[in-house]
Amino acid sequence: MTPSQPNESRIVITGVGLTAPNGDNLSEFRKSLLTGKSGIQRLSMRYIGDVLAGLCHFDPAKYQKKKELRLGTRAGSIAIYCAHEAMADAMLDLTHLDRSRIGVYLGITEHGTVETENEVYEIKQFDYDVKYWSHHHNPRVVANNPAGEVTLSMGITGPHYTLGAACAGGNIGLIQGLQMLVLNEVDLALAGGVSESTGSFGIFAGFKSEGALAFHPDPEKASRPFDRDRNGVVVSEGGCVFVVERLSDALRRGARIYGEVVGYGVNSDASDFIFPNKERQIQCIRLALDKAGISPQDIDIINTHGTGTVEGDQVECQAIEAVFGEHPHACMNNTKSFIGHAMGAAGALELAGNLPSFEDHVVHPTINLDHLDPRCNLGSLVVNEPKKIDKADYILNNSFGMLGINSVVIVKRFEK
Amino acid sequence: MTKEQIRASVLEIIGQIIPDEDLSNLKGDVPIREQVELDSMDFLDIVMELRKRYGIEVPESDYGQLATLDGSVAYLGPRMKNL
Repeated sequence: MTPSQPNESRIVITGVGLTAPNGDNLSEFRKSLLTGKSGIQRLSMRYIGDVLAGLCHFDPAKYQKKKELRLGTRAGSIAIYCAHEAMADAMLDLTHLDRSRIGVYLGITEHGTVETENEVYEIKQFDYDVKYWSHHHNPRVVANNPAGEVTLSMGITGPHYTLGAACAGGNIGLIQGLQMLVLNEVDLALAGGVSESTGSFGIFAGFKSEGALAFHPDPEKASRPFDRDRNGVVVSEGGCVFVVERLSDALRRGARIYGEVVGYGVNSDASDFIFPNKERQIQCIRLALDKAGISPQDIDIINTHGTGTVEGDQVECQAIEAVFGEHPHACMNNTKSFIGHAMGAAGALELAGNLPSFEDHVVHPTINLDHLDPRCNLGSLVVNEPKKIDKADYILNNSFGMLGINSVVIVKRFEK
Repeated sequence: MTKEQIRASVLEIIGQIIPDEDLSNLKGDVPIREQVELDSMDFLDIVMELRKRYGIEVPESDYGQLATLDGSVAYLGPRMKNL
């Protein structure tokens, strides 16, 4: 994946469709990231009470009928919205495309949790008599549901599936799309990640039991990676779908090119269910750099995974320091400080929010950073205010997940 | 419930199941599925709503009697008269 390769095996991003707690398209999202606008709010959650969460505000009826909304899932709606928006952004018209050659690859942290909880809650009023259990349950909870709903909505007959990769899912969805294009399995990929986790009390309760659910009197201050006073994760929903295609195809149709995916790495910690592993993160970052054929000094922006847990933030900073040195050339930022942790969507959303840097040469900051954790002091964090940089050629995006799944994606500014 | 109330209730359930459809001109003596888009899963939703709202069990062998609005009212009448 270097310029020396033929254009048929170079893969570029030509469309972005997204919904985040602080924006329903790339332009809005980017503006929020540059103006310090958070998207975290209070949410009343059954069994727990008030929690803090990032909720999206897109109009689901834009691309779905009421019946489709009744039958489908929130993750499906998010995926459908993002996929349609991405195609429109890429100036692609489905009626002129061979829909058997389009693949849908969406990363997820989990799926089915929300629907199962809802169904159990529903039959509670019938004393748990399962004859009241919905016949829609199974198609709603199958793991491919969000991607499958996209194919139903768009009449896409190529492959579709989700990739369960915990909080690395967004990156992994993009990587899968790239690989299928390189293998010539499809001609166009709708790839990224989605999350509906804010609908599940269990996700919140699980983090709470773990001592890792963020709280703060001011919801917008709750997500504070790398800050000394952080106290955990803010759970968010969201989605981001990229249109990904071969450079040769993109050039042929005169597409706008957001960037070229030049490197990626995926590996496993094999060490713990929850706690991260510095050595494996280092290895994963190096895998991506090697695949891109570049050195750490070439990277201009590092979007960190940092979720606002002490262990997670510190281990990631140690890994970055090991690869990039104590004072990296690359600016580091963090998107979760704005929108919380969008789980399966996080990797894709966080990459998307940084893509405009190729054009405007501005790095969005990490907000809510009042007292930097000295163990996260790499000297290159962009704190609270955006930073103008001279060169923005390479963005490196970290996304790590439970059970020790690590993913790194490197995108290069495209030059004709 | 009166026949009118039963008819209104069935219409409300159908409206909930297929919210995009216009039910204002639904003919009582013509199969519902010939007039609006209503698939077999939607029909199961109607059966489920009757169970949840009124505790009425419609055995599969009786599904045909719910094919039309008039048929539904006739079938449900004796089962809902004391509700």
